[in-house]
Amino acid sequence: MLDIAVAYNRYKFLGNEFLTWLWFMIETDQNRLRRYDPDLVSLNIGSRLVLENTLNNARETITIKGEDANLEEGLLSLKKGAAVTEIHLSYKSGAQHWQFSLKGESLNISNLKLPETGPVETPEDLEGAVIEKAYLMEKVIGLVNNLFSHFVKLRVSGEWRNQTVSRIRKWASS
Amino acid sequence: MGLLSSRISITRYKVSGQLDGSVHETVYQGLKQHAMPKIEDDGSEAIVGWTSFENPYAPNFEGYSFVFGAYMVFAMRIDKKSIPPKLIQKHYALEIAKHLADTGRHFLSGNEKKAIKEHIVNTLNRRIPATPNVYDLAWHYQEASLWFFSNLKSANEAFETFFIKSFGLQLIRLFPYTTADLIAGLSSGERDLLLKLTPSQSEE
Repeated sequence: MLDIAVAYNRYKFLGNEFLTWLWFMIETDQNRLRRYDPDLVSLNIGSRLVLENTLNNARETITIKGEDANLEEGLLSLKKGAAVTEIHLSYKSGAQHWQFSLKGESLNISNLKLPETGPVETPEDLEGAVIEKAYLMEKVIGLVNNLFSHFVKLRVSGEWRNQTVSRIRKWASS
Repeated sequence: MGLLSSRISITRYKVSGQLDGSVHETVYQGLKQHAMPKIEDDGSEAIVGWTSFENPYAPNFEGYSFVFGAYMVFAMRIDKKSIPPKLIQKHYALEIAKHLADTGRHFLSGNEKKAIKEHIVNTLNRRIPATPNVYDLAWHYQEASLWFFSNLKSANEAFETFFIKSFGLQLIRLFPYTTADLIAGLSSGERDLLLKLTPSQSEE
């Protein structure tokens, strides 16, 4: 394995490309996402999307905020060569709903809002609450791992170079 | 910054290596040995210690109370003293003036000024209470996975160092490369290709 600090910086792009691909998949192929996660009801862009363009040695950051925000600016910057660096997602599985942000360079999860759970009123409630919360977190972490694993396998394959990149470009330009 | 917060941040780790003997007992001993001291050290700028998830201001790990189903849940506490720079500046100016008046001199050397500043910082450190910051974590030993409930760089770095000191196990932070290498289930051929990957833009 590579040195951790070197690997973190060298492979930031992989996380950003993952988020870019994820946005593309959300918009164009929810059925395939359902194959990756059979319990998935829907996965949508939430209230924030951040893109960064580092081409030509300049750094341009585009942040789109707000519920149901128009993402056209984002598509325009994708066309210019930007990648998604941060995404806020709304994930529904069964009757439950999660919201969370995912950062490309670190794959860190933040702002995670879990489905409603019962209140902790007594010390006896605590163990059940912890186990339930852990289960609900596992669902999100499992989803991220699962999607990322599929992405990485695609990313190292010829299909990425020969088909996926052009499909993403076509979508961004449509 | 906790597991029961309404908004949660998670940094994911893979735990490398295994503990000798009973897992719960070994973790209990590690927690006890490196628990947050009940009596605060007077002069230190920061103290790091393990504490209980359910009661972070009175650490107690008896009866393996940190075990919740398959998870071990506890917290790292960092008690840090933070002296406002303007307070240091005020006491420093007063002390310099006093020193000059006492000695009848008109200026102090660089070393004298440095010694006065250190004395001021040490004195204020003894008088100012530390601010506690608590960071929960959940460790699934069987799956060698650990969630640390903060994305703060400084907290994660302190945690990684303190964890290995307490339990002798290395933590591998899961970011794109390590997730691809350790979680994605790549074949050795795919792993070789991963090592050669470059950004899609530059492949054109």
